[in-house]
Amino acid sequence: MSGIDVVVTGMGATTPLGGDVAATWDGLLAGRSGARTLDFEWVARLDIPVRFAATLAVEPTEVLPRVEARRLDRSEQVAIVAAQQAWQDAELSTDTVDADRLAVIVGTGIGGVNTLVTQNELLQTQGMRKVSPLTVPMLMPNGPAAHVGLALGARAGVHAPVSACASGAEAIGWGWRMIRSGEADIVVAGGAEAAIVPITMAGFAQARTMSTRNDDPEHASRPWDTGRDGFVLGEGAGLVVLERAEYAAARGARVYARLAGVGTSSDAYHITAPDPQAIGQARAIAAAIRNSGVDPADIGHVNAHATSTPVGDVPETLAVRKSIGDHPILTAPKGSLGHLLGASGAVESIATILSVYHGLIPPTANLENLDPGVTLDVVSGEARKVRLAAAMNDSFGFGGHNVALVFTAF
Amino acid sequence: MANEDIEKELAEIVEEIAGVAAADVTPEKSFVDDLDIDSLSMVEIAVQAEDKFGVKIPDDELANLKTVGDAVNYIASKR
Repeated sequence: MSGIDVVVTGMGATTPLGGDVAATWDGLLAGRSGARTLDFEWVARLDIPVRFAATLAVEPTEVLPRVEARRLDRSEQVAIVAAQQAWQDAELSTDTVDADRLAVIVGTGIGGVNTLVTQNELLQTQGMRKVSPLTVPMLMPNGPAAHVGLALGARAGVHAPVSACASGAEAIGWGWRMIRSGEADIVVAGGAEAAIVPITMAGFAQARTMSTRNDDPEHASRPWDTGRDGFVLGEGAGLVVLERAEYAAARGARVYARLAGVGTSSDAYHITAPDPQAIGQARAIAAAIRNSGVDPADIGHVNAHATSTPVGDVPETLAVRKSIGDHPILTAPKGSLGHLLGASGAVESIATILSVYHGLIPPTANLENLDPGVTLDVVSGEARKVRLAAAMNDSFGFGGHNVALVFTAF
Repeated sequence: MANEDIEKELAEIVEEIAGVAAADVTPEKSFVDDLDIDSLSMVEIAVQAEDKFGVKIPDDELANLKTVGDAVNYIASKR
């Protein structure tokens, strides 16, 4: 493709570890867990077998004006919170940015399911006239992207990739492509998710994909640990500001890292299970490296997707070995964050970017006994100081979606 | 209920839903042009007004209620 460079100049997040990027990063470095026991009445009433989740550390309604918040689904609220932070962090102004050259891409796995559930309940119990006229714009999966686009006045395009747990990473990859193809100078990209509701909890539980460590939520998400028994559902949002490097340089922007390459592939194997040989994952990783022009030897770190499920965690390490080598140092942020579904790839990309920026890899929380199938160096216990020329973030989703992003030091 | 009381309570509904200060919700104001209230919020306001004042506001009537004063007069006439 083109010789256009793409850099990251701003980041915003609200997660189970904190209401912004700094608090989230501190939580990751400390190996803290964002999982807590749920106090919703429906958990006991419906006998949901999983009674905990990684809920937001800061309620978005505490941050947003009341009237704005009531017109937004929770998934849209977190997107707006993260977008405002990222925009301010990049020191951009809607007064000076050419709106025709600004795009927004926010992915989500499930979309406005809080609204879907509550409005359906109103319809069934109180009738037609109690259903909010805002129901559709609040439940549509492009809602987070559309509201961020409106808030920033973006006119180069507003998009919403939906690829389950790869959505947030896919959004960032799409942003890279838009800038590289000349469609935009600035893309605000990432993911948003807020799906801790009875039907998703029940559905994931019925698929036997979630941890049931109800008596010890903080230690439930344990990627690569021999005692792992499923993922921990989380919620939140992460957005980054991507810029054409020359545009960023011209305005003297602070650059966190370069987004050097993006690779995507699909498994064509099974609707939920990862290919045990990780062929599709390896192809995405290889494609990202090829696109980036980075020597695989320089990729010192992989921020892994590892979700703490028995079947999912080990194949990814095989893909890393196959497509990069035995040298990358791994971490799995879901031990701390839980699984933010469509936001995970974006929030974890922010962690990857900060690892490159600070030369610091957070530990994999709750990793005590490494699965013998993993032969790579995994950070656990304490954060590790390592100078990184390049690092990768992997994200995979139900449906067999694979995304790999290569970030390099700037 | 006097028109002033209807106006006061309607203004509270408008503030709750659209965030317009109740003091600005005065009879001569147009919902759309002056108070910047969109069609979605107008539906919400109508439903809450129906519950509050015990009246029916059919869609074709709602379309005619351009100003706060129009709405107050309509509600007063139907009570």
